[in-house]
Amino acid sequence: MKSSKLVKFFLIGIMILFLGIFVVLPMISLLVNAFKEGLKVYFNAIVHPETLHALQLNLIVAVFSIPLNLFFGVVCAILISRFEFRAKNILLTLIDLPFSVSAVISGLIFILVFGLDGWLGKWIEEKGFQVIFATPGIVLATIFVTFPFIVREVLPVLEASGDEEEQAAFTLGANSLQIFYYITLPKIKWGLLYGVILSTARVMGEYGAVSLVSGHISGLTDTLPLRIDKLYNEYQVTSAFAVSTILVGFAFVTLMLKLFIEQLKRKSHS
Amino acid sequence: MNSPIYYSKKIKFFIIFYTIVYLVIIVIIPLSSIFFKSSELNLEKFFSIAFNLRSLYAYKLSFLSSLFSAFINSIFGLITAWVLVRYDFLGKKFFDTIIDFPIALPTAVAGLTFGNLYSKEGEMGKLLGFQISYTPIAVVIVLTFVSLPFVVRSIQPVLEDMDLELEQAAASLGANPIQTFFYVTLPYLFPAWLTGFILSFARGIGEYGSVIFVSGNIPYFTEISPLLVVMRLEQFDYAGASAIALVLLTFSFCLLVLLNILENWTKIK
Repeated sequence: MKSSKLVKFFLIGIMILFLGIFVVLPMISLLVNAFKEGLKVYFNAIVHPETLHALQLNLIVAVFSIPLNLFFGVVCAILISRFEFRAKNILLTLIDLPFSVSAVISGLIFILVFGLDGWLGKWIEEKGFQVIFATPGIVLATIFVTFPFIVREVLPVLEASGDEEEQAAFTLGANSLQIFYYITLPKIKWGLLYGVILSTARVMGEYGAVSLVSGHISGLTDTLPLRIDKLYNEYQVTSAFAVSTILVGFAFVTLMLKLFIEQLKRKSHS
Repeated sequence: MNSPIYYSKKIKFFIIFYTIVYLVIIVIIPLSSIFFKSSELNLEKFFSIAFNLRSLYAYKLSFLSSLFSAFINSIFGLITAWVLVRYDFLGKKFFDTIIDFPIALPTAVAGLTFGNLYSKEGEMGKLLGFQISYTPIAVVIVLTFVSLPFVVRSIQPVLEDMDLELEQAAASLGANPIQTFFYVTLPYLFPAWLTGFILSFARGIGEYGSVIFVSGNIPYFTEISPLLVVMRLEQFDYAGASAIALVLLTFSFCLLVLLNILENWTKIK
């Protein structure tokens, strides 16, 4: 029994070392660097008009992309879990694509469609709109990157719970919308909530796809990650780290909410 | 197509129609533009862009560094998952939670942090006495961070569901703990382990935001393939950018198919 205890401590030690080097140490370093030149520099970086504008743009993008993906996520998860059809595997592969495709590709494809040289570029220009190098392009690229999150959170819940209750409600005379609102929605609410939280974190932090379609116009099309990128390239490293702490804050809140939801879920099950 | 009886015809039509339209607008049309744009090039031109020496070096770096980081993650991820499922200790919840940190943290912030940490002026750079940033090793390190959750999160649920009787049976038949682990536990975990490995590998291949901050982007040395797409775009060479993107896309697609096969394999088991 003594040797198994030794193994236990050894393995726990390895895990702590691994997570310490790869996760904890970098986060400490980030915070130390953000406050290295004192609170004044830190707050100046945060309340800088361009930083505040970037934050505002991030929120605008979130307000458009998350509800669209939320609605689609629910509809698509119902389709996959409740309908039987042959092309299901193709549909699932399409949904997983944004996870495995490079963020660079997620930006490129919208430039190819909406850019000046793209399929709809001329038409959009004639109408007086701008998609690429403007907010709509950032919203589109973000939607592409984040739409799988909600589907992927809701789908397993629907598949695991089955649809006997829906059928029972139907035989008792409930209509489609009542069934959704009173039966299906309560089942998926935690998955849905977690999907929304996860996509919010992603919407705030998406860099690759957004950097291609935004055009990097300071105070206009810079999101927070692009603002950080710019500060870093202008050798304002401390300010770059300071602005990063806003996004670290979002990441931290995401993880805390996840813990909280898991706790609630456990409570509602027992 | 079989559909549930409890939705009215209108709702069924809406569900199918809406899903198709959304996917066509958001995924299918934009993605197909890569095929059409790169088909503007003739074959010779396509190959001279997508497979010239500089591109080949970039693919090689992306491929090898993703492979290395996936290896690191599969070894330490297995240990981490094992520790988190099988042992109780102080701070377990904390470590379990920070596993997801790389998913929640923006990649650009990760890149900035690691790039600084391992540079000459950074804490690790000073500690080690030499600079790791701007070398392929830095790419491996940051990719390990970015893809850290995949192996752990693939193995964890399988290990939790595993019937302890399997291992007890092996032990009662005289197997020592090491034999039990290698002959009983590991084969049981293998499909999930492989899935985690491929997920983390796939993540590494396409990763852009974090890598460009740590790699220094030196051609033929630390330049990754997604960056080639960006550079072509900056020169308004849309067809060239699409050609390289097509290579990357094909590769990701193959990995997805592989994952799909794996998933079916696990289901049959």
